[in-house]
Amino acid sequence: MRFRKQSNGKQIKWEKYMVYIIFVAVFVLFSITLRNNGFLGVNNLLNILRQTAMISVMAVGGTFVMAAGQIDLTVGAVAAMSAMIVSLIIQSTNSILLAIGVAILFGCLVGVINGALVTKFKLPAFLATLGMMQIIRGGAMWITNTEAIPIDNQIYNNVFGIGMIGPIPVLILWTILFYIIGYYAFNKAKFGRYVLATGGNEKSARYSGIDINKVKIKAFAISGALSAFAGIMYSGRLQAGRYSYGTGDEMSVIAAVVLGGTSMSGGTGSVVGALVGSILIGMINNALILAGLRTAQQTIIKGAIIIITVALSNVLQSRNEIKN
Amino acid sequence: MSEILEMKGISKSFGVPVLKNVDFGLEEGEITALVGGNGAGKSTLMKIMTGVYTKDSGSIHINGNECKIDNIQDAKNNGIAMIFQEFSLVPTMTISENIFLGEEIMHGKRRDVAAMHERAIELLARLGLDVNPDETISDLSVGMCQMVEIAKALSKEARILVFDEPTASLSESEINHLFNVMKKLKKNGISMVYISHRMNEILEISDVVTVLRDGEIVMHEKAKELSLYDIIYAIMGRSNSGFNWQEREYDSSNTLLQVDHLAINRKINDISFNLKSGEIIGFAGLMGSGRTEILETLFGIRKKLGGKITISGEETEIFSSVDAVREGLALIPEDRREQGLVGIHSVKENAILPGIDNYKKKRFLIDEKKANKVVESNIKEMKIVVDDKDKQINLLSGGNQQKVVIAKWMNTNPRIMMLDEPTSGIDIGAKTEIIQLMKSFADEGNGVIFVSSELSELMSVCDQIYVLHNGMITKKYNRKEIDNEEMLQHAIQKAI
Repeated sequence: MRFRKQSNGKQIKWEKYMVYIIFVAVFVLFSITLRNNGFLGVNNLLNILRQTAMISVMAVGGTFVMAAGQIDLTVGAVAAMSAMIVSLIIQSTNSILLAIGVAILFGCLVGVINGALVTKFKLPAFLATLGMMQIIRGGAMWITNTEAIPIDNQIYNNVFGIGMIGPIPVLILWTILFYIIGYYAFNKAKFGRYVLATGGNEKSARYSGIDINKVKIKAFAISGALSAFAGIMYSGRLQAGRYSYGTGDEMSVIAAVVLGGTSMSGGTGSVVGALVGSILIGMINNALILAGLRTAQQTIIKGAIIIITVALSNVLQSRNEIKN
Repeated sequence: MSEILEMKGISKSFGVPVLKNVDFGLEEGEITALVGGNGAGKSTLMKIMTGVYTKDSGSIHINGNECKIDNIQDAKNNGIAMIFQEFSLVPTMTISENIFLGEEIMHGKRRDVAAMHERAIELLARLGLDVNPDETISDLSVGMCQMVEIAKALSKEARILVFDEPTASLSESEINHLFNVMKKLKKNGISMVYISHRMNEILEISDVVTVLRDGEIVMHEKAKELSLYDIIYAIMGRSNSGFNWQEREYDSSNTLLQVDHLAINRKINDISFNLKSGEIIGFAGLMGSGRTEILETLFGIRKKLGGKITISGEETEIFSSVDAVREGLALIPEDRREQGLVGIHSVKENAILPGIDNYKKKRFLIDEKKANKVVESNIKEMKIVVDDKDKQINLLSGGNQQKVVIAKWMNTNPRIMMLDEPTSGIDIGAKTEIIQLMKSFADEGNGVIFVSSELSELMSVCDQIYVLHNGMITKKYNRKEIDNEEMLQHAIQKAI
């Protein structure tokens, strides 16, 4: 989210800050109502961040894809496949570099295929990635016949999953790293401008000398690579590769990105917003568990909160448009 | 014959008066051509008649009775229908589904598909067409879509049809068919208004010619008694436009762009011209004459089928707009909102988009300070009226938006600037400034290709003017050879 300087007398664009306002409101609410359940404990707060790290990392890629006017449903499946790839390679070669290199390449490749399906074969992104998601998830099940592969390499597990640097879990550090890179690429670099222009008005972008196909393919490739990294984080944290990692993550990522202020039709977006969006989702998850709600109830409340937040910011936005 | 429609004392203003006390009438079974320059008020008058705009004052009478037309539904109820330039058909639905869209024939609670099918065949037969009404619109040619539009209007018992530039995108044989249909409708007592810039067609098809100029009717005569010259004269009047031509000096030995036998499609297949450094050339031609296609092909938006493009002495292949920008080309496109700008982004974001490589620091970051400086100087130099460079560009006026489009290309330091109708829909002040910008850009040794429907604009800046007709260059004038606008207008209409 880009904070614009507000000169005196101008109205503040509330919808831009919606996710932050809701974040603070929800945080305060949980801090009060769940104060006896340990919500505010340092460990619990770090736990929230650690648990949402994978969604957060995938949401960086999701921001690029959705700002370009596309959608990527393969993220969870790519994470699962990537975890399988890493654990198999470490099992047979014990080479960490080879393992993560191949996994990330795989993620990139899936992104390029998604991009090619959308740009060359003119499939809608929703359908193209829906099909790819099934193919990849199926592949991840098939590769070991749904068996989990344990990872014995403790260096790997520490670096990508369970380790800590001082009091801070490595998962959080990885998340911060990707957000810094993502923020600069999206807000400060040429590529971010090209992505936003392509999502904002594809025709104009093309008439401005931008190769819109390349922009879309690159956005998908970034999303694929980051999803593969999320898979690496899953496998490190749980010290094994499992085909079921990341099931349903595509929906959490889309929700996080949209909550963060990225328009589903493209052209606007915010990397920082996506981070806040994913932490918000993680925080709600955590609080509902602490409150002792059953899974069924948790699911219902999560859905309702997503609808309310997005609806609120849309209502505020259309009110602003009328004023203008 | 009796008068079916009469509009009396119609006035309308959008800040400035567009229609001044206009009287306009239609006889039953008559084709009236409505002509005039851009901004003369033709489309405003027709939009009032069809209920798109409401009039400020005046009255509308149908069959002698005064009636209210406040919206499109009122117009429909009174039997008035407009055949739009961009067709209002749903491309994925069939002919019959489109004809009865919103007014389905019902059998109890169900749509009576068979009855609609029958009725569609009947309507199409009235237009001399033998097509299956179950065909999907997207499979039809432009001419056929137009026929479906007409059938749709007839299904609602329209007595008055308004055609807006109906022949612009039709082939020769489709135009002939349209005219036959119009003659048939005329026999059935249907009145038609025919808006067009094509004078020869007007003289061929219409019974009466009405000319609007500056919001007033300046001619209303039987077509039989008119010559092409009379109409052109009435459209332009005596007064000259405010633009004056001054001969420009430039070195004509240095060829910037050479185009040989450029082929784009079946119609446009042999275009040759050249552009010298410091020169401004103009393409004059009617809508659909191939002007836009040529510019878009040079800019890599369309594929070229054949021919040679030589830039600064080197033969060049331009496969995409990326290549074009690299070759120093810039295109101010015809449709500012759809092609020129990203509407939801700010002035600054739009202005730095194509030349973004000029603001890089540390290899991949954008130097915001430098970008700000450039955009601020754009705003100052080009007199763009905006309080904040971060303002969303949709909120600016048309003239200011167009200046941002020009600024964004100026920032790429192009050698050749192509402008496609850059002055359409903008006020006279901004027009003059844009024309001045073209001149000073060319004075620096660059080349300009200027496409405009406003001949007075072409005549005020161009050194060479090429006349396009039906995809061919039919004439090339040195500006000195053109004595007046009538002469150029004649050439465009292919009267000489």
